[in-house]
Amino acid sequence: MNQVVQQKYETVIGLEVHLQLKTETKIFCGCANVFGREPNAQVCPVCLGLPGTLPVLNKKALAYAMKAALALNCQINSFIKFDRKNYYYPDLPKGYQISQYDNPIASHGYLEIPAEDGRVKRITIKRAHLEEDAGKLIHDEGTNSSLVDYNRTGTPLMEIVTEPDLRSSQEAYDYLQNLKLTLQYLNVSDCDMEKGSLRCDANISIRETGDPCLGTKTELKNMNSFKAVKAALEFEERRQQKALESGERIVQETRLWDEGRGATVSMRSKEEAHDYRYFPEPDLVPFVVDEGVIDTIRRSIPELPQQKYKRFRSEYKLSDYDANIMVQDADVANFFEACARLYPQPKKICNWIQGPLLQELNARKAHVRDLRMTPEYLTTIIRKTDENVLSNLAAKEAFQHVMETGKSADEVIEQKGLAQVSDSGILESVVEEVIRDNEKVAGQIREGKESAVGFLVGQAMRKTQGKANPKILGELIRRRLLA
Amino acid sequence: MKLNELTAHEILDLIRSRRTSISEVYEAVTDQIQTTEKDVRAYVRLNEKPCHADALDAAAVPVPIGIKDNICVAGQETACCSKILAGFRPPYDATVIRKLKASGAVFVGSTNMDEFAFGSSTENSCYGPTRNPWNLDCVPGGSSGGSAAAVASGEAIWAIGSDTGGSIRQPASFCGVVGLKPTYGRVSRYGLVAFASSLDQIGPLTKDVTDAALLMNIIAGYDEYDSTCADMPVPDYTQALMNDVKGLKIGIPQEYFVAGIDPEVKAAVTAAIEVLTEGGAVVEEVSLPHTEYAVATYYIVATAEASSNLARYDGVQYGLRRQPAAVRKNPLIDMYEETRDAGFGPEAKRRIMLGTYSLSSGYYDDYYLKGLKVRTLIKQDFDHVFREFDAVVTPTCPTTAFKIGEKMDDPLSMYLSDVYTISVNLSGIPAISVPCGFSKHRLPIGLQILAKPFNEEMLLRIAYAYEQRTEWHKRRVFER
Repeated sequence: MNQVVQQKYETVIGLEVHLQLKTETKIFCGCANVFGREPNAQVCPVCLGLPGTLPVLNKKALAYAMKAALALNCQINSFIKFDRKNYYYPDLPKGYQISQYDNPIASHGYLEIPAEDGRVKRITIKRAHLEEDAGKLIHDEGTNSSLVDYNRTGTPLMEIVTEPDLRSSQEAYDYLQNLKLTLQYLNVSDCDMEKGSLRCDANISIRETGDPCLGTKTELKNMNSFKAVKAALEFEERRQQKALESGERIVQETRLWDEGRGATVSMRSKEEAHDYRYFPEPDLVPFVVDEGVIDTIRRSIPELPQQKYKRFRSEYKLSDYDANIMVQDADVANFFEACARLYPQPKKICNWIQGPLLQELNARKAHVRDLRMTPEYLTTIIRKTDENVLSNLAAKEAFQHVMETGKSADEVIEQKGLAQVSDSGILESVVEEVIRDNEKVAGQIREGKESAVGFLVGQAMRKTQGKANPKILGELIRRRLLA
Repeated sequence: MKLNELTAHEILDLIRSRRTSISEVYEAVTDQIQTTEKDVRAYVRLNEKPCHADALDAAAVPVPIGIKDNICVAGQETACCSKILAGFRPPYDATVIRKLKASGAVFVGSTNMDEFAFGSSTENSCYGPTRNPWNLDCVPGGSSGGSAAAVASGEAIWAIGSDTGGSIRQPASFCGVVGLKPTYGRVSRYGLVAFASSLDQIGPLTKDVTDAALLMNIIAGYDEYDSTCADMPVPDYTQALMNDVKGLKIGIPQEYFVAGIDPEVKAAVTAAIEVLTEGGAVVEEVSLPHTEYAVATYYIVATAEASSNLARYDGVQYGLRRQPAAVRKNPLIDMYEETRDAGFGPEAKRRIMLGTYSLSSGYYDDYYLKGLKVRTLIKQDFDHVFREFDAVVTPTCPTTAFKIGEKMDDPLSMYLSDVYTISVNLSGIPAISVPCGFSKHRLPIGLQILAKPFNEEMLLRIAYAYEQRTEWHKRRVFER
């Protein structure tokens, strides 16, 4: 597709995200809400939808959803009402899903994403509502039959729907990244697309640039990573452009992303317009959430990544890149701040965190919380490096030992003898010795070959088993031979 | 009188004073079943002889009870008299069952009903109809017809039913027993297989008002498993049995005494009102102007909820599953269609279709939403009357029990059988039906008393006072 065609069209995208809330128990019964257990190991008469059972709302799920909605700058609807969405599918044991139709818990919110000019763009969140998840069908090729696992049935789900505000697959990707980060800060969802705790459907249409009317949209499903969402949108954008260019019409339909083929494929079912026959759920009495309860939830929201980013930029003068990395994980950000309070060298701290610390984390697939490194230990190492007590090499060694043993930085430095020798009295005698042993090189230096100083420093380092301060050594050698 | 013809409170007196035993009472009931069940067919399943200790604590109420086939008992088949639930054994007890077990109840069996409580005659049962013990050619009413017939025939001392539009009170009226529909939210619905969730309520069918109060003491109360259950203290309902109506203001709704009412019913109810007046009650005519819309409203709201509640019977998890031999649409859709076609009776299908229709997009506003609005108006009629009156008294049904088969081809006339009971469910208020006479064909007539929400005590008080002044409740079907 040439650029002229690409510029001729504008892409319009809206996202629907389903988020599993990580409450301890399911939304309408007391079953555990855990991923990955053997099939049908966490079910009860209520989530199995057995005749005679009734739902009882888990208030925690409501609080989690409200917390998320508040963090997404939504207006909260304190009148809570549920509706039934009626449809048949074997993974839906009651033949209806308890959801919210005309009275979602939240609306009119927004999430910021980076814009091209370094500013931010607000993506409007149209609505967010609470509902129950369905079970899972497992198709057994061997027996050519389908089995149902109801473990997931009744997991609290929050659906977050944007307005069609996104204009590119990159914006969609950024939106998902920021959404995930925000929700992880709140600790209300794992947001793991591979485990299904975050699922995303995308609506996409294109129109000629400047056209105020929306084009015919298609709905994309079956993407199981943020990258897949991006790729599916890119494919679909081009497919629609090609179609319009060759005079075809876009058909409103649902298309599945085929990861293997890297293409979206029409579901082909002549979609009869679904009539879900929504009506108020008579088994759950509508109620009003106390303003005080909402305020308590509001106050429990921590500083969010976007705010933290801005603050790190101004307060610690971090670069855009550094600030971004520091806020990608709330615990990392807190670790950074704790260090910066102990030893106000934010850039150096940032380098240590980005480098050795995050490398270790990734290698161990561990979390900051699980590390034996504390802000005290790390800043001790950094400070002692700055004070020339530790060489860079010794600092790295001290870091490794702390990580492995959990001993304090001071203890490690002491036990391993990592402190540099800076005592000029001791070092002078070493220098004397080295000059004596390397008369030829010393002579060259005296004749002005300054580059050879490093060789003598190296020899002196070897004699002191690396403990000497190389800077001081260099100065002593120069003074002795060049003065 | 045989033991099984006694009331529960009479039996409790005998047991507590050791003049009889639980076993003797149970045997009297099963003897009666041996004799008359082949004609009455009140039960769809009889339990094994229960093991029970004859020595129970003083608070125990070890009375043989019949349970409507739509209330879940752990491990025992609960089928709502529908083929689609055949063989379904719930793994849990309904809250009401749990409370009854704790009280020492002796479970006789599961009583017959219209499939999923859809009906007013117990003819819509997959097991065939129950017959009215007073006249075996007549229906016992419905949908709790099995429970009413069991109590009337002495095949149970008392029974549990459910009432969505009159399903306790109408069969109580037809069978000459007492039936109480509690306030919506007074008794937990957990474990009651749903027909219409916003209308359903479990309640007692008993031989007299005292028994109704005793059974309410056992089953009423808050339940954390039912969000619609009221968290309000439960009074001791026997305290309401004070035989005094002096000064109570009782309203008689003019709309309930118009065309369609059987003259014998009208005469009996008029006489009953006279008894209350003589007892010192102040009786005045009142108006419930939206009464004429009640049946239409009910059949929109109730069927809409039912269509959704019955969606779970899809052949996937439990109950009947049918798969046609050859693929028609696709194996899944075929299974749904074949299962539901084979599993549901004609009335269930009719109601599912009605409800699906009124919830469909394009019709929702005109039917379901309109229905909800009219429901509010009907409720306001009662709110208005109860601001001034302590109770409202009406006939329970326009007629006495009709013949088996008489209305099966005419659903609308069947629906009209509930014309006096339906408004109560739409409004959520409590009501009781007590025997108030017999027709010349020896068929019972029922008097209905209505009160404001959570004032079951008022119902019991008036009903008891009436009962003390009359002998109708003492008639027994098989007395010679």
